[in-house]
Amino acid sequence: MLSNISSAWPELIQALLETLYMLVLTIPIAVAIGTPLGTVLFLTRPNSFLKWPRFYVILNGFVNLIRSFPFLILMIAIIPFTRMVVGTALGTTAATVPMIINAVPYFARFIEQILLDVNRGVVEAAESMGANKFQIVWKVLYTEARSGIANAITIVTVSFLSYSTVAGLVGGGGIGDFAIRYGYYRYQTDVMFVTIVIMVLFVQAFQFAGNYVVRKLDKRL
Amino acid sequence: MITLHNISKTFATAEGPLHAVSSASLEVEQGDIYGLIGFSGAGKSTLLRTINLLERPDEGSVIVDGEEFTGLPLRELRKRRLSIGMIFQHFNLLNNRNVYDNVSFPLEIAKVPKAQRRQRIESCLEMVGLSDKAKAFPAKLSGGQKQRVAIARALAGNPKILLCDEPTSSVDPQTTGSILAALQEINRNLGITIVIVTHEMNVVKAICNKVAVMEQGKIVEKFDLREKNIAPQSPIAKYLFKNEITLVREMEASYA
Ligand SMILES: Nc1ncnc2c1ncn2[C@@H]1O[C@H](COP(=O)(O)OP(=O)(O)O)[C@@H](O)[C@H]1O
Ligand SMILES: [Mg+2]
Repeated sequence: MLSNISSAWPELIQALLETLYMLVLTIPIAVAIGTPLGTVLFLTRPNSFLKWPRFYVILNGFVNLIRSFPFLILMIAIIPFTRMVVGTALGTTAATVPMIINAVPYFARFIEQILLDVNRGVVEAAESMGANKFQIVWKVLYTEARSGIANAITIVTVSFLSYSTVAGLVGGGGIGDFAIRYGYYRYQTDVMFVTIVIMVLFVQAFQFAGNYVVRKLDKRL
Repeated sequence: MITLHNISKTFATAEGPLHAVSSASLEVEQGDIYGLIGFSGAGKSTLLRTINLLERPDEGSVIVDGEEFTGLPLRELRKRRLSIGMIFQHFNLLNNRNVYDNVSFPLEIAKVPKAQRRQRIESCLEMVGLSDKAKAFPAKLSGGQKQRVAIARALAGNPKILLCDEPTSSVDPQTTGSILAALQEINRNLGITIVIVTHEMNVVKAICNKVAVMEQGKIVEKFDLREKNIAPQSPIAKYLFKNEITLVREMEASYA
């Protein structure tokens, strides 16, 4: 049994690194694009700061459209696009393209909701001091929402650890690919077990780190 | 200092148009502590908020320091708002900024250089007696302390006017006294004109020199409280003034 594990070990490490690579590419890009996108969604909502109702309808519909694709189907559907961007539809980098496309609107929705939860009274106080919209977003909304944003990053990271395994199905490598090869084709339950333990530890570590940051940022209580 | 002329504001609600303020006129002079009193829903907050155009009236004019506000472009209006402080029932402090940085906020909005902010912030905190709490976060403060931080924040921009929307309505009676004392001090020492919305005659009696009584969007009566004989005519004004007398009698009874 131990021999199974030790012979699979180098590949397991490799698979973990690939998964990590996918996350390191996906999450920062999702945050960098999803934050402004979610902010625009928030600002253009009905009864919000910017009266651009048609713009909101279009943007909102577009976000919903992408969000409504099941991840596996999205991945297959955009293969031509992935080829165009990365040059190939195979491999770990190619797998991150659908992950990013899925993560951006997902994260944007989080941001929209978090900003909605910011106390309107504080925004009003800032307006009474002559703050413009940019200052309200930057100095009020993001300041008050920062722990919520950190929490959203944690949730998205854990979710995409899971999505990244689907990438394994279409040659993306990573921990999902590893699990299919060892757990499914070779039926090595012991290797599968070790993999699961490692994943659980990963998720726990992300969550723990995330919660720690959230607590540090949140001064509301 | 502030002239509100024939202000009307109607909100569209699910049940149809709601006339929150109807043809209200008010004249606030330099140095006044002007009370706006009435029951909940009378339109006091809406009227107060037209002064800095947080609420834009459908009709009427808002003249502050000789300048008509309603015609100003938003950019200009924002500059004027810097010289009108405002405090709220629920304080509305930034929870993720400490006391010092909350007071710093309006100065940052006004793009005051950092070096000049420090002294201003410190003197504002000193004015409200919270110099020792500079590093504390709002969540760690009592209601009265939070409101005093809000006052310090409102003072940071050197305002000529301070608008107060039920500033004592979510603190206990003892704390009410300390907040009102701070407001009175600001009025006396800095010459800041104050407009204060409240539903408590006690608050009006404690610090106001003038009061307007509102009911269903209308100003029904105004009083100069420095006059000897105050003879309310409208039922609501009679009630509000009488209510106060009853309270006093009850207090005397409890001491007897
Ligand atoms: N933004 C708004 N939309 C719809 N109705 C409002 C709005 N603001 C205030 N109102 C209504 O206008 C009336 C007056 O409100 P307000 O000025 O807050 O009264 P007060 O401060 O005297 O309690 C109330 O009936 C209130 O529900
Ligand atoms: Mg009110």
